Amino acid sequence: MAEFEPKIVAFVCNWCTYAGADLTGTSRIKYASNVRIIRFPCTGRIDYMLLLKAFDEGADGIIVSGCHPNDCHYTSGNFHARRRWIMFRSLCDFTGIDTERIKFSWVSAAEGAKWAEIVNTTVASIRELGPYTDYKKVAKYPEKEVIHG
Amino acid sequence: MSKIGVFVCHCGENISATVDCAKVAETAGTYDGVAFSVDYKYMCSDPGQNIIKNAIKEKGLTGVVVASCSPRMHEPTFRKACAEAGLNPFMCEMANLREHCSWVHEKNEATTEKAIDLVRILVEKVKYNHSLNEIKVPVTKTALVIGGGIAGIQASLDIANTGHKVILIERDPSIGGHMSQLSETFPTLDCSQCILTPRMVEVAQHPNITLYTYAELESLEGFIGNFKAKIRRKSKSIDEKLCTGCGQCTTKCPVKKIPSEFNEGLGKRTAIYVPFPQAVPNKPVIDRGNCTYYIKGKCKVCEIVCPTGAIRFDQEDQIMEVEVGAIVVATGFTVKQPDFFPEYGYGKYADVITGLQFERLASASGPTLGEIRRPSDGKIPEKIVFLACAGSRDPAKGIPYCSKICCMYIAKHAMLYQHKVHGGKSYVFYMDIRAGGKQYEEFVRRAIEDDGVNYIRGRVSKIYEKNGKLIVSGADTLLNAMPVEIEADMVVLATAGVANEGAEELAQKMHISYDPYKFFAEAHPKLKPVETNTAGIFLAGACQAPRDIPESVAMASGAAVKVAGLFSQDELTREPIIAVVNRQAPPVYSSCVGCFLCVSACPYQAIEKEEIKNRNGEVIKLVAKVNPGLCQGCGTCVAFCRTKSIDIQGYTHEQMYTEVMALLNEY
Repeated sequence: MAEFEPKIVAFVCNWCTYAGADLTGTSRIKYASNVRIIRFPCTGRIDYMLLLKAFDEGADGIIVSGCHPNDCHYTSGNFHARRRWIMFRSLCDFTGIDTERIKFSWVSAAEGAKWAEIVNTTVASIRELGPYTDYKKVAKYPEKEVIHG
Repeated sequence: MSKIGVFVCHCGENISATVDCAKVAETAGTYDGVAFSVDYKYMCSDPGQNIIKNAIKEKGLTGVVVASCSPRMHEPTFRKACAEAGLNPFMCEMANLREHCSWVHEKNEATTEKAIDLVRILVEKVKYNHSLNEIKVPVTKTALVIGGGIAGIQASLDIANTGHKVILIERDPSIGGHMSQLSETFPTLDCSQCILTPRMVEVAQHPNITLYTYAELESLEGFIGNFKAKIRRKSKSIDEKLCTGCGQCTTKCPVKKIPSEFNEGLGKRTAIYVPFPQAVPNKPVIDRGNCTYYIKGKCKVCEIVCPTGAIRFDQEDQIMEVEVGAIVVATGFTVKQPDFFPEYGYGKYADVITGLQFERLASASGPTLGEIRRPSDGKIPEKIVFLACAGSRDPAKGIPYCSKICCMYIAKHAMLYQHKVHGGKSYVFYMDIRAGGKQYEEFVRRAIEDDGVNYIRGRVSKIYEKNGKLIVSGADTLLNAMPVEIEADMVVLATAGVANEGAEELAQKMHISYDPYKFFAEAHPKLKPVETNTAGIFLAGACQAPRDIPESVAMASGAAVKVAGLFSQDELTREPIIAVVNRQAPPVYSSCVGCFLCVSACPYQAIEKEEIKNRNGEVIKLVAKVNPGLCQGCGTCVAFCRTKSIDIQGYTHEQMYTEVMALLNEY
C-alpha cells in the first residue's frame, strides 16, 4: 500500500509568510508537495471557521503562519490572530478537535528555509497521525442534510 | 455564467521542467466556467500578454487566471494587461506555480497535481471576484511640521523647497531645539549655532513656510491628504506685528532671577524674555507664571518702556484651524532630569550636572561665555569626571536601551575640557564605547590618544562630598573590578535620552503608535523608518528614538521626500483592497448590529459609527462604516465581526471559503 499522503492547507499572510515561501522557491529549497497555500492579507483576516471548513472538506492538517510578533505589516493583526488562536484552541480541545493537526507559526519574508522546515515537519507529523477521519465523528454531521421545501 | 481564461506559463523551463504545463492547461479547460485555456512559454512577454488580451476580447472573458510566478512579481503586469484589454484589473488572479511549486518540488505527478490544484483554487475564487475601482482621495498640498528643532527645520525647508506650503509649529518661543543649546558638534567640532542659525533664519524668511512659535497641536482629525488640525497659539502677551525686537523690555524687566530654560538652569532670565540672542523669531514673550503684573496685578514696566506699544496684557490663546495633507512629527526628545539619580547626588550637589548643562558651560554664548566653571563657586575644575550610561542601558531604571549619542558627546566634552583647561584631568567611566558612524571611532581615539582623556571601563556606584570634593566611587572592570575613587571637582552625567513629556498624549491625538518608552513608532523598523502606521503622518528626528544630528537631518529629508511624493499627486489612488460594511434594503439596512468590536480591532481607527436615519431625521440604527481613506485592508475587523457584516474586497468570505472548498473537493 502506498504511503499516506496528507492534504495540508496553509493559511498565510501576504507580507511575511507568503513572501517567505517565495524565498524558499527562489532559494530552490525542496519541501514536501502536500501543502497548498492560500493567501490572506494578514493573519488577522483569518477567520478560524475557515479552519473548521478545511477539516470538514477533508484536510488532514493545517498550517497558519504570519509575521513575527511586532513585525506585522498592519501593526497588530498577528497579535489579534494569536489571541484568537489561543481562544480557538481551547474551544477545539473542548469539542474534541485535534489541535495537533493545526500548526501555528511565524515565518518572516527572510525565512525561506524555516518555511520548508515547517512544511516538512508538519507533513511528517500529520503522516504519523494518519488521515483525519475523526473530524466527521466530532462534528456529528447528519449524513444527509434534509432541506424542507 | 462566468467565462474564465486560464493562462499557464512555462517560464522558459522554470515551471515546465517539473510541471506538465500542457496537462495543467488541459485540465483547467474542463472546469465549469472556463472558456479558454492555453499554455505558453513566456506569459509575461509581449506575445504572451497579447494572448491574454486577444482572448479577453475574442472570448469575452469575465475573469483571468495566470498560472506563472508569484503575484508579488508580476501581478501588476498582468492586471495592467487585462485593463488594457478592457477587463477590470481586479478580475485577474495569479496562481503561483513557480515559487510555490516548480522550484520547490521534484518532477513527478504530485507536483503537476499540486499545480492543477493551485489553478483550480483561483479559477473558483475568480468566479466571485468583483470589479473594483481604485480609490481616489484629494490631497491638500500643505504640510504641517510639528517641532522646530533641527529635524523640523530640515523637513520644513526641504518640503518648502519643492514648492509646497509648510506650517511649522514650535512649542517654545523660538525654533532651534536642542541643537541651538549645543556648544560644538562631534566629530568635526564645528560650532553648533554657526551651522544652525542660518537655517533658522532661512525658515523665518522662506516664502512657503508659515512659522508659529509658542504653539501646540490641540487636536487632529481626518486622514491622509485631508487632515484638519487645530493649533493652539499660546498667548505671547505682545503684538508681534508691532514688536521690533529692540530688547528695551527685556533689559528693563524687574524680575531677573528666573532660571533660564535655554541655559538649563545655569543662567538667569527675565519674565519678559527672548530665550537666546539668536532666537527666531527674535521677539519676546511674557512668562505669565513669573511676571509681577500677572501675579500681583501691577508693574507694567515693559508696557511703559516699549517704544511701539506692542505689549498686550489681555491677549488670549488663539485656536487656529488649518487644513493639511501631510504631517511631519519632529518633536524631539529630552534628557532625564533630577531625582532620577539619587546615588549620583544630582540636584543635591551643585557640581553634578547633566551633559546638556555642560554644553551650556562650554558654549561661547553660555552663562560662563565658554569657560568651564563649576556652578557652585565659579572655580575652574581641575579634575572632572564624566559618567556614561547615566540611566541608559539600565533595566533597573526602566531604560534598557542605549541612548546612542552619549558616547560621542562625552568624548567631545572631555576633549573640549582638555582644550579649555590646560593641565586639567578628565576621566570617563564607561560600559562600552559605541562609536559607530563616519569618523566617530577616530574621534574617540583622538580624545584618548591626543588629548589624554582617561577612560575607565566600569560603573560608578555612588558620588558623595568630602572636604569640598566630589568623591566618585566606582570599579575598573578591566582591572578585575578593582575599586576606583576619584576626587573630582565636577561630575557630568550623560543622562539617558528619553521621550518628551506629553509624547504619549500627542501620539494619541494623532493616532500614531508609540513604543514602551513613549518614543513614536515607525511603520516598519527597516523598510518604513519615517512612516507611521497612520498614512500621511511621518516621523523625523529624536522623537522616534535617540539620534544624533546627521541622522536626524537625514531622517527629516527622508520624511520630506515622502511628503513631496504625496503632494506630487492631485489625487491619491489606492488599491481598493479595503473593508466594507454591507448595506441592505430596508427595514434591515445592514446586518451590522452595531457592537463595534471592529472599532477596537482596527489598528488604523478607520471604522466610524454611522447613523441611519428615517425621513423624519430620526436615528433608526447605528452601524459601522469604514473610512476608505484610512483603511489599509488588513481584514482584522472581518475576522472579528460576529455577524459577518464586514467584508474585505479581494479577500471576501465567499472567495476564501470557495478557495478552501475548491482545494479539497476532488473534481
